[in-house]
Amino acid sequence: MLQLNPTRKIYDVCIIGSGAGGGTAAKVLAEGGLNIVMLEAGPRLNPEKDFKEHVWPYQLAHRGAGVGAKLRLQMNSEFMAPNGAWEIEGEPYTTAPGTSFRWFRSRIEGGRTNHYGRISLRFGPADFKAHSTDGMGDDWPITYEELAPYYDKVESFIGVFGSKENIPNAPDGVFLPPPHPRCTETLIKKACDNLKITCIPSRMAILTKPLNGRDACHYCAQCGRGCRSASNFSSSQVMIPPAAATGRFTMIAGAMARELLVDKSGKVESVSYIDKTTGSEQRVYARAFVVAASACESARLLLNSRSPLFPNGLANSSGVVGRYLTDSVGSDLAGHFPQLEKMPPHNHDGVGGMHMYMPWWRFGQKNDFLRGYHIEFGGGRDLPGVGSFDGVCAEHEGYGAELKQKCRSSYGTFIGFSGRGEMIPNDKSYCDLDPKVVDRWGIPVLRFHWQWGENEIKMAQDMRKTFRSIIEAAGGTVIGGTRRHPQATANQNGDPAQDAAKLSEPGAVIHELGTVRMGSDRKTSVLNKNCQAHEVKNLFVADAAPFVTNPDKNPTLSIMALSWRTSEYLIDQAKKGEL
Amino acid sequence: MTTDSVSRRAVLKSISIGAAVGSVLRIIPLQAAEHLHNAIQAEKADAAGAYSPKFFSVQQFKTLQSLCETILPADSDSGGAIEAGAPEFIDLLTSENPEYQSKLGGGLKWLDSTSAKRYKNPYLDCTPQQQKEILDLIAYRENAAKDNQLSQGVEFFSLLRNLTADGFFTSKIGIKYLGYKGNTYRLEFPGCPPVPGL
Repeated sequence: MLQLNPTRKIYDVCIIGSGAGGGTAAKVLAEGGLNIVMLEAGPRLNPEKDFKEHVWPYQLAHRGAGVGAKLRLQMNSEFMAPNGAWEIEGEPYTTAPGTSFRWFRSRIEGGRTNHYGRISLRFGPADFKAHSTDGMGDDWPITYEELAPYYDKVESFIGVFGSKENIPNAPDGVFLPPPHPRCTETLIKKACDNLKITCIPSRMAILTKPLNGRDACHYCAQCGRGCRSASNFSSSQVMIPPAAATGRFTMIAGAMARELLVDKSGKVESVSYIDKTTGSEQRVYARAFVVAASACESARLLLNSRSPLFPNGLANSSGVVGRYLTDSVGSDLAGHFPQLEKMPPHNHDGVGGMHMYMPWWRFGQKNDFLRGYHIEFGGGRDLPGVGSFDGVCAEHEGYGAELKQKCRSSYGTFIGFSGRGEMIPNDKSYCDLDPKVVDRWGIPVLRFHWQWGENEIKMAQDMRKTFRSIIEAAGGTVIGGTRRHPQATANQNGDPAQDAAKLSEPGAVIHELGTVRMGSDRKTSVLNKNCQAHEVKNLFVADAAPFVTNPDKNPTLSIMALSWRTSEYLIDQAKKGEL
Repeated sequence: MTTDSVSRRAVLKSISIGAAVGSVLRIIPLQAAEHLHNAIQAEKADAAGAYSPKFFSVQQFKTLQSLCETILPADSDSGGAIEAGAPEFIDLLTSENPEYQSKLGGGLKWLDSTSAKRYKNPYLDCTPQQQKEILDLIAYRENAAKDNQLSQGVEFFSLLRNLTADGFFTSKIGIKYLGYKGNTYRLEFPGCPPVPGL
């Protein structure tokens, strides 16, 4: 280890963020022989203490509802492992007047891989050539063929189940066998077959066979509670351990990055961070920096790294940092399927998430909107929880033996559908620094601006039309609500005008990305095709910020493939002495 | 019990052996499982003996118990809401939640004063027939639409019904009543069993 003075240690690479992108970079770079230091803004994860696997609701006094029922109907119940939050005390963000945005942040080792649904869909060839395909937006500076070997590497290492289907623009991967469908999935698959909607085994980062020292899934459907056998993917349990095993990996937890500091030549020399336990400011020095703090947090760090060389923020002469922000287009609808009352009591759990899904099935057709969406669905005889019977109680009303029987007979007869579609970037949707607000560490916070485009509104309308047709073709009735909380609503008769308004809140799907994008034109992009800053050659970005488009496929798998590719390039550059 | 389910201890043991041969897994040590188990036992011990309500008065808690049991009663298939611990669960949440305090605490007072006005007695002292009469009024939204003096009662009963269902169906007996079979280790997931007409 080179030391300029007795106290200054210089690492080969400093990675900021321990999620999908940062974790992948740590594994590849450390195994590639480099000395790594990683900053994580939250604590280390401790499965022994933090995981809640297999706890029954009656084992907790609040039964999962949380103190004062604060978690009733929330995404996070008492049963969840630490995985992030919509609001973090002392770390606000703002929205411009008249716009809204929700930002889910995971300040914990492993980041949002502790939270995500483990849906692992490759982007397709057309997704990298959006502009060439329909004239809107931009093409990526790389092709599917260039990224495909890295999808192979990621899938082979983390384990993804799925089936070879040869569907246009939904490429097959390196798959473990998929699990058998649940009753609810069998029912919906039949309806989709009749409607000519493609419905196939889902593709999820959960092991159906032992892989690389990890046990196979034991089918308790509780990935969100933390998995002690690491049978599902999380960066903290799958990427960080092999990095640590090299002996060339140091993690500094509770470290909130404030600013990247450049030397006279314009290369990043160090990162200044707040040690959250003491509140003191510290620095870490490295030869190269990989920013993987999540798309918006990475944009924030660059915007906050202002210097005479980079007065608009680091690597931001183009002014593009924070721009091209998108989230997935989301819409939800649930149905009631009385024929499922005939299901005998049986273990319906399966893996933590869907066993079947509908990839975009109208690719290449003339639709009344551009791009496409996929459908996720779930329901059935899940572990009962607080709020599970609100819908039945509201519908049936009354009390007594009859209500009790009604709760039992309707248990497991609801299925919810969620559409996840592609948003086209627009110049009204972006983030910048709020000129007035700082967080508790004194770091200027992000301000969000948002506007859905016409294409997104049409797409959400189409989703709901499709959900309705599937529900009805499967012999169910539309009831509104979502997968988690099917509810009878005032909209039971399906007023289409009301339906059309049901577009997810910006940011709510938690697929926000595109804020530090790649491109071949330095005027309209921040990073080159290797996710290296055009202007700062020892600066790389390895989360979803580099993405040029946000296809309907959930971003995590692509974050890892891209990070793996970037990391191999970085190793190559380091070997050549180019950094 | 399905033949492919395996005991928790057996799984923990197998995982520990994996670690010994160099697995990179994070392992739950047996003592961590013991710790959780002990914490749960301690909580149960606290709950034993006569229950002192945390928010409601003793009298109100009796009314709450009666209402919960009426909403989800014992029948030939299972015990009811009282056996499931629903009143204690509702009392705990209410003690921590000001909105519930006014809706449920106030709701119980509304019920007693409305009962007194109609039948000259607080709810618990009314005859079963009188209790049924008043519950039949507040158990349905359409009654509030017809008679606006009932709307607060309907709101109260609707929240209480939801929370009673929470308490019952998250209890051991409630989960058994539903026939939920999961939350366990399995070596395989066999998929959907044969269902008539599916």
